[in-house]
Amino acid sequence: MSFNPKIVAFLCNWCSYTGADLAGTSRMKYAPNIRIIRVMCSGRVEPTFIMKSFREGADGVIILGCHPGDCHYHEGNYKCLRRYHLLKKYFKQMGLEDGRLRLEWISASEGKQFAELVDEFTHQITELGPCRIKNTVETFA
Amino acid sequence: MSENGKPKLKLAVYWGAACGGCCVSVLDVHEKLFTVVEHADLVFWPIALDIKYKDVEAMPDGHIDVTLFNGAVRNSENEHLAKLLRQKTKILVAYGSCSHMGGIPGLANFSSKEEVFRRAYFDSESTINPERIVPQPVYHAPEGDLEIPVFYNDVRSLEQVVDVDYYLPGCPPQTERLVEVFLAIVTGATLPPKGSVIGALSKSQCDECKRKKSDNKLIKEFKRPVDIIDDGETCFLEQGVICMGPATRGGCGVRCIEGNAPCRGCYGPPPDVPDPGAKMLSAIATMIDANTPEEVEKIVDTIDDPAGTFYRFSLPGSILRRKVIV
Repeated sequence: MSFNPKIVAFLCNWCSYTGADLAGTSRMKYAPNIRIIRVMCSGRVEPTFIMKSFREGADGVIILGCHPGDCHYHEGNYKCLRRYHLLKKYFKQMGLEDGRLRLEWISASEGKQFAELVDEFTHQITELGPCRIKNTVETFA
Repeated sequence: MSENGKPKLKLAVYWGAACGGCCVSVLDVHEKLFTVVEHADLVFWPIALDIKYKDVEAMPDGHIDVTLFNGAVRNSENEHLAKLLRQKTKILVAYGSCSHMGGIPGLANFSSKEEVFRRAYFDSESTINPERIVPQPVYHAPEGDLEIPVFYNDVRSLEQVVDVDYYLPGCPPQTERLVEVFLAIVTGATLPPKGSVIGALSKSQCDECKRKKSDNKLIKEFKRPVDIIDDGETCFLEQGVICMGPATRGGCGVRCIEGNAPCRGCYGPPPDVPDPGAKMLSAIATMIDANTPEEVEKIVDTIDDPAGTFYRFSLPGSILRRKVIV
């Protein structure tokens, strides 16, 4: 049986969600593994959200925000960038593979880039295989 | 019976995977111990009284009124006693950081049992073990079998093993808070709802901290306390030193900070925070004074051990709980 990864995506309301919407209205095809959660800003994505996603069975998490300098709230995406790098260091210590968490910038006009990114990230997570966090937590809790 | 004819409370104190500091914090009531014994009989307390496990097993269910359980659950003995005391106790209190969220022993969740044993019995600098002997749970001696507890792969907090009524955090909890809680039980005051954290505030350490704080919290380089000359009055975070204050419940009287050491987070998270480390990580990261991935990486690199720093007292109680097992 082939592995069908579960991917949680946090998309900012102003750029990336609109970009994803554009991909949809333009009838572009992309992998169906992604579960999109709309947030007002990538700066709203708390580390807790990401940890909870993994604990509850996500195989990969992707955060999409406005390009640097374009944030609707001026610097929310910078805050997200800073959290992302610290979080990656924490996940490495916890034994999670580097590629499971990703941060990318998608503007409202980048529907095509969005579709390609989702395909590429889905492929990357499929290569990595199922995330073991859920099993680890269940086995010992 | 106490002097006023009311039946005395039956009190027990037990240690799981603990250092003994919590039991000492109970002893630190000093002369108030006389007030305690006036109102309560200590029926089980391994550090101070010679009462055997079989005596506890012989007690009827619900016989003990209050048990202060300190220490995490790390082996089969801790687990057995946690379950036994739950059965024999009306109010089970997770006393101290280890039973609250896993505490310092919980840092073993960064390793597996094999890794812990390898380090302790083979690799550590002070170990000489040419025959490579490791403890076995059962030893067959000619006179009969000898048993020691089974060491688990994983450290758990008390609530991950049994149902807990209250949590009294701290490493160790401030003795004054214990006395307050004890007097509340003795005087028959209305107890808070089950599952509450008692003997602590609902606001963070920063709320009590008297150091000067400004909005200018931008950090170019994280420093260890030894790397700075502390002026004794500016917020530690503004001086570049990681202080767990923002994500830690107040109630200890900010003793570490008053002693010019940054908060390490032993009181656990404020209410409604599921994961103290995640909140701290979130707060600290936004203070990084850089906007490009390369610069951010460089500043993040100055934090040596984010997981150990942000989860020093709470790894087993956190969302991810432990290092992923391959």
